[in-house]
Order: sequence, then structure tokens, then C-alpha cells
Amino acid sequence: MAEMWINMGPQHPMTHGLWNLRIKVDGETIVDAEPEIGYLHRGYEKIMEVREFQKNVVLTDRLCYVSSITWSHAYCLACEEMMGLDVPERAKYLRVITNELQRVASHLMWLAAYGPDLGLLTALLWALRERELFLDLIQLISGARMNQNYPRIGGVRNDAPPDFGKYCRKVIAHFRKKLEDHEKVFEQSKLFQMRTVGVGRISREDAIDWGVTGPNLRACGARIDLRKLDPYDAYPEIDFEPAVAHEGDSYARYKVRMDEMRTSCDLIEAALDKLPAGPYRSKPPRRAEGEGFRRTEDSRGEALFYVIGDGDDRPYRVKIRSPVYSNIFAAPLMMRGNKVADVVAIMGSIDVCVGEMDK
Amino acid sequence: MAAEGEVLASLKDRFGGALRDLGLVRDRVVKAVIDRKDLVPVCKFLKDQLGFDHVSCITAVDWRDHFESVYHLTSWSRNVMVQINAWIPHDDPRIDSITPLWNGANVHEREAYDLMGIVYDGHPNLTRILLPKDFAFHPLRKDFPQEVDRQYISRRKIGGG
Amino acid sequence: MSGHLVDLWGWSHALASFILWLLSLPLELVNWISFQATGGPAPGVPGLIDFVTGEGLTAFVAVIIAVNILLLWATAFHLLIIMWIERKMYSRLQDRRGIMIGLGSAEILRNTLGRIPLIGRPFRRPSHLGTGFLQTVADGVKLFQKEVITPATADKWMFHAAPVMIAASTLMLFVAIPWSDGFWLMGAYESRVVNGAPAVVPVNPWGILVVLAAFSIAPLGILIAGWASNNKYTLLGGMRAAAQLMSYEIPMLLSIIALVIYAGTLDPFELVRNQTAPLTYGLGPYGSLTVPWVQNWYILNPILWIAFLVFFITVIAEAERIPFDIPEAEAELVEGWTTEYSGMRFGIVFGFKWLRAIAGAALIVILFFGGWSGPVFMTLDAPNLAASGSTYSIPILFQEFWFTVKVYLIFIVFVWIGWSVPRVRIDQILNIGWKSLVPLSVLSILLAALARGTGWF
Repeated sequence: MAEMWINMGPQHPMTHGLWNLRIKVDGETIVDAEPEIGYLHRGYEKIMEVREFQKNVVLTDRLCYVSSITWSHAYCLACEEMMGLDVPERAKYLRVITNELQRVASHLMWLAAYGPDLGLLTALLWALRERELFLDLIQLISGARMNQNYPRIGGVRNDAPPDFGKYCRKVIAHFRKKLEDHEKVFEQSKLFQMRTVGVGRISREDAIDWGVTGPNLRACGARIDLRKLDPYDAYPEIDFEPAVAHEGDSYARYKVRMDEMRTSCDLIEAALDKLPAGPYRSKPPRRAEGEGFRRTEDSRGEALFYVIGDGDDRPYRVKIRSPVYSNIFAAPLMMRGNKVADVVAIMGSIDVCVGEMDK
Repeated sequence: MAAEGEVLASLKDRFGGALRDLGLVRDRVVKAVIDRKDLVPVCKFLKDQLGFDHVSCITAVDWRDHFESVYHLTSWSRNVMVQINAWIPHDDPRIDSITPLWNGANVHEREAYDLMGIVYDGHPNLTRILLPKDFAFHPLRKDFPQEVDRQYISRRKIGGG
Repeated sequence: MSGHLVDLWGWSHALASFILWLLSLPLELVNWISFQATGGPAPGVPGLIDFVTGEGLTAFVAVIIAVNILLLWATAFHLLIIMWIERKMYSRLQDRRGIMIGLGSAEILRNTLGRIPLIGRPFRRPSHLGTGFLQTVADGVKLFQKEVITPATADKWMFHAAPVMIAASTLMLFVAIPWSDGFWLMGAYESRVVNGAPAVVPVNPWGILVVLAAFSIAPLGILIAGWASNNKYTLLGGMRAAAQLMSYEIPMLLSIIALVIYAGTLDPFELVRNQTAPLTYGLGPYGSLTVPWVQNWYILNPILWIAFLVFFITVIAEAERIPFDIPEAEAELVEGWTTEYSGMRFGIVFGFKWLRAIAGAALIVILFFGGWSGPVFMTLDAPNLAASGSTYSIPILFQEFWFTVKVYLIFIVFVWIGWSVPRVRIDQILNIGWKSLVPLSVLSILLAALARGTGWF
């Protein structure tokens, strides 16, 4: 068969989110790929110029709806940088705890989407079952399961309820055992290894050149974790080891995310141990002038917010840097030479969330 | 402390007068303000001499009298970030592209072109990325109006500012 | 060994003659009227009566009735039940609470049966209390009332013919496989020597061959379906399906050849009869070892284990179940080669996939698990409707029951495997088929020939 362009999407059951992937195939082998995005573009940056600083947190929640606290947190950090605001200690630890809870929930959602991509439909329900526990914890502290509107410029919206630490530890103890079960289902299956080992390989130099960050970069052997390199909030005071794998293929990306869930559990417990008493919020000024940028280790990579204020009570310019935006355009490198049937395995392992990509 | 001081010193040595402004923003972050003609030499210097390998972000800002293309570059090995503000005149929104240096800049420049209208010379594929291909405007510019309810008009504007 | 409950040919014949007798009544009336009127029979009517009640037409109508009974047996009985079994099984695997509510979740039974897994899950206040069996019927009704869309650019004849081919070949499987000593369509009664005594038993000398041939028609139907839809994706799906199914025919045939060499017959009835004898292991020149209280199922013979494994895997591949369901994997090509089919056409294509799995499971049971043999606990005597005065013995539990139970157990293993493992890529599927299964099946042939030749095992 001659080379032909195939459209996977925008309406496709297994490309998570609304985007189009055009792949050029020669028989069954992929020769080239071209992502087409923008189907979910909502004009965030323009909208944010019209709303007051604090009101934009409601919007940033909905950037990546699967991992919403991390995005609002990044925005609040950038605004605090611009305003020169100090955040109380307790708020820093609470932010770390909720970030890591959200990270585990996001990775479990990824796992629930990745299993059915490969044909393992049972993984959807098992991963969502564990995710329910974490959503319950997040609801306990912030009042909502998704799009919580919890971080504030200057802290967090409310304090944690009195028994929060006890429930967290209970859930984490249960989850560690369940995580081993999930790993067994995936890793002891020879078929899973056949589908993911050696598939979608990207070299470390290519990954860094094309702007890949997050678990995708750590799967190539680079020990780059922004919680270690450029720490914010309470991360400098907590010691942990970022998860790294070396091959750069889909199996390595899967392994890094599973290990990251474990690391997050350790981080939550360490932060709960060190949680100090005190105020949980400081009052930001209404008007601000200047510029500030801050980057955080989002569930998917490096999320950077660049906020400019010109003395008004709303931002002059907000720039959102989404990790998935860069990761997706590195996907053609991962796909060349693989078969059409591997596309879904590769795209699933990159962990695409279209909301943050299209802004 | 040492790494960003080193970067600051090397930039000052090499480019000195061509920079409008140079300074430390905070720990491990250096900021430089330049004209658009110096962009590629500065970026080449950062990449080849100082080991900056990752483009974190490229932002386009409309200051009503000039544009700014703001580059955030990272060096993973030194763990230093550099913020470069490149001034672009408002009536001629063109600047050189740094995609030949770092492929990661490809998508960010396309987005800046799409939403703000700044043309990056030397970009391999400067087409619209987020908006439909036949969209006629650049929405993030300040003269592109937004229809807003009264509650969203800022107090300053209501007061006549 | 138990006896059969359904005597398909006998019942069909009886039903056919009854229907034809009913049809001949108006003709008899015409005849009687003409006798009253003219004193002689109406012209041509006695000949017509003879024809209607004659042996030829009765046999023809009996065949039609038997085929219809088998059709109903396949769709109205098996299809509904296996869809229900599959839903309950995979929901339990996925730890879903709602669907596992059953009759055992009722208040009365909650404290006793609720503690036993699989029967009912204790649930505080279930919103419904049924077993969920009618859900399948509702699905069927839903498919019936959907709009049947034919793509404008599709090849109309082929598009309509493909589901018919798939359905017809699957029903051919159901016709060719016997379901007990009496519930069969393909065969004939002959007298053979069974366990030392002469008896009249059904015989079908080429049964297994016909079943395997019917299995091989479906890839053609799938390829036609994929091509006739005029759609890039379905074409890819159809070609993948054809490649997969055709390349897995070969290890299937070879492993069956191994079994046939060992058993010495292609006749499903004789295979089951052989397996009802006591378990015997040959010991070469030293005679044989007989275990008296176990039946001689071929699965218990280690020399055939490789053949069993290869056959099991190829049946899963032929039935296009996960892990081999790339041709219709949702992840890649929406619904694969069935994308353009809607309404009951899709229902046919989808439902007959399950029936092929059941036919494959039935083949496994006949070949390796002793077919319909099973213990009989007692016998009921019912009045015989056809020949008044004599009784019709109903064994408890009859052969159809044992066969169905065994087939469903094998099907449950299919479901268990299918919902626990990921999918295999098409080139990996073909690799497994050609590079691993074919040599293994050739090896099993060698082993079986060795066993028969030397007398060991």
C-alpha cells in the first residue's frame, strides 16, 4: 500500500480528549505524525485579563481538570512572586499535601485510561476505585472532588479538618498494598511487556531538545524533578528521591509514574508529620504591579505561569505554559518506526490532558 | 549563588552595552532586557557557552507602544533560568526565531504568532496552532475587544483610568 | 453414563408428521365431500394426500424443523445465557458492586447466602433485585429498533451478504456439533459394538472435519464486510482479522490432527464414547494401567497436553476474544470491521462472535473433556407421547445438561483470561501463531504418533 495519511480523531474513543493526530503510514509502519490541537481552546489568557487576580483561580482549576489543585497552586505562586507576598508555614505544608494527593489522583486517572488503551479493561475500574479514596480525601479538606478552588494567593482557602492526618494515613496504608496489586497485574503480564517495552523510545537528548519535561523526561534517565531543582513551598524541607527510569520507552514512562505514586505517598506522610500550627492564609494586596513567574512540577511536567500586573486589580497578561503542549509535539519522534497499533500505547503513556494543552 | 552569578557575569562581559538591563530576579534567575536584533547572538551564546538546553516558555506581551517577546530559558545542568525580554516595535512585529537552536521553541513561537501576531523569521512552519486556520485576527492584542459584563470592568476603568 | 433427553430426529419427525397430518385434514374433507357427492374420490386428491403424508415430504419438513430447533437452541438459549454469564463474570473481576446484586442480595438471604461469594453480594439496600437476565433481551430489542444505515458508497450486495455469511457459517457449526447422543443433526444410526455389546448408536464419520471447515468460512465473511464498507479503517480491520484467523487455522488443525491420531477417529460420537470408558494408560510392552473410577478423558493424558494448550489458544484467537481482538479493538479503529454496521446487522455480527466462542468451547469439551458424559443419579419415567403405552425415560441429570455445564465452564475460563490481560498487537499475534504455535502443534503430532506407535500413554 502506498503511504497515506490517517486521521486519528478528533472523534476517537481512545485519544483522551479532543485533538487530532494525523499519522502517515506506509502499510503498518508509521513514517511521520502531526498533532493538530486547538479544538478545546477557550481563550484563557484573554479571559484572565478581565477578571481579578483571585477570581482567576476558578479558571486555572479548569485548565487540567484531572489535576486541578496543582494548576491553581502554580498560578497562586506566580501571583505571590509578583506581589512579593509571604505565605505562612502551615499553608506551605497544606499546599504540599494537597498537591501530592492530587498528583496521585491524576496518575491513577492516567492508569485508568492507559489500561483500556492496551486492551486491559479491568484496569479502568480498579484504578478508579483507588482514585475514589483520594478524591474523598480531597473532598474532606477542600469540599469538592474536582475543580476545588482551594489554593488562594497567600495561602489556602481553609484549614484542614482535625482528623485529616489520621484519614490520610489510613488511605495511604491501604493504597500501598493496592498499588502492588496493580503493578502485578501489569508487570507480570507478558503481553503488557510485549506492548510497551521498546515501543515509543525517545532519547534523552531529543527529549531535552524538544522541551519534554516531567515523568516523560525522567523515563529517559534524566534525574530532573522541579520539586528538587527549583523547590517551592515546603519541598526544600522534605527529603525524597525522584523516580527515574532509563530506557525512554513506554514501559519506562509507566514505571516512573507508578514509582511516583509511591513517592507521593511518602511525601504526604512526611508533610503530615511536619505540619506546623499557625495561620493558613495571608492577605494579598488588591492591586499589584510588576511581573512574576513561577514554575512547578505538575503531574505532567513543568507548568509555568508568567503574570504581569500594571497596577490594576486584574492581571495585565497571564501566560500559561503547559507541559503537555511540548510533550505532544515530541510525540512524532516517539512514533516514527513503530506500528499503527502502537500509537495508542505511546499516546497513552505520554499522559495527554487536552484542557491544559489548548488553554 | 555561584551559578547565576557566573551567568550574569558572562553575559555582562560578552554583551555589556547591547543589553538594556541585566540583573537578578531571585535565586537562580537572571533577567536581561534586549533589543530584537541581539536575540540570536545572545541565545547562541547561552546555548553554546553556558549550556542552556531547555526552552521553558516564550511569551508575547502587548504593551500598546511596543511588543515584547519574553523568553524563559533553563539550564538543567547548572539549574539556572534566564528571562530575556526582547523589545519589538509595534508597527513591525517581526523577530528572529530561535527554533533552529532549540526545537522546543517551535510550538511556543507558533502560539505567540497565532494569538499575538508576532512573526518569527526562520521558523520552519509558522501557522496557526490553537485557532482555526482561517481566523483573521490576533485575539491577545490589546486592541482586540472583549465583550464584558459590567462586573468585569475594572474599578480603574470605571473611574475613567 | 447418563442418557439423552432430546431426541432431535425423533421429535422432528414426529412433529413433521403431525403438521403434515394437520395439513392433510382439509384434503381429507374434500375427499369425503366428493365421496358423498359423487361416490368416488375427487380427481387427484388421494394422490395429493399420499404426497402430503408421505415419507419424502415428512423427512424434508423434519429437517427444516430440526434446523430451526437448533437455531433457537443457539440464539434463544445459549446466546442469552452466555452474554449474561460474561457480564456477571467480568463485573466481578472488575469489582463492580451494582451488577453483582442478585437474588442472593434479598433481605432474607442476605445473612446466609450473602456470605458466600459468587451467589450474592450483601448490599445495604439494593435498588433492584433481579438477576439482570432480561438486560440481554433489552439489548436485542434495542438493536432491533435502531435505524439500519447502509453507507451510500458501500458495495450493497457484499455489504448485505457479509453478515449473512458469518451468521450462516456459525449456525453451520451448531448444526455439525452434536449436543448429546440424541440432540444432533448430522449423523446416522448404525449398529456398532459398544463396551462389548452390539448397540445402535449415532455415527458421523467426518464430523470434526465438517466443524473445522465451517470455522474457516467466517474469515471470508469478515474480509468481505471490511472491504464492502468502503472505509479505510474497516478495510484495515478486515485485513487484520483475515490475517489473524487464517494464520490460526493451521495450528488449530494440526493440534486436532494430533488428537485424531491418538484417538483414531474423526467421529465426535465415537470420541465421546471412547472417553466414557475407564481411564487407561498404555504402558508399552508391559500392558496397560487402568484406573477404574475415572473416565478416560483425553485431558488427563499428559501426552496430549501440548495439543490441548495449542488448541485452547487458537480457539480464543478464532473467536476474536481479548487478547486477540485487535481486528475490532476500540482503541485503534473504532469498531474495526464492524464499524459501518448498525441495528440488528451489528447485533448479528456481534452476537455470532459469542456463538463462535461457544462452538469452539463445545469442540474443546468434545475433544478433551468427555463431551456429554456425566453421572446419572436417577431416572424419571414420563409417558411417551409418540407411542402411547410405553414410557419415555428422563435421566437426571441428562447429557445435554452436562454438556452445557462443561461448555459454560470453559467459556468462563475464556472470559477470565480475556478480562485480565491486555491486547496483543497484530504483528505479535501473527508471530505467536506462526513461530510458536505451529512448531508446538507439529511437536504434539509427533508425540501423539509416538504414543500410538509404541503403546505408551
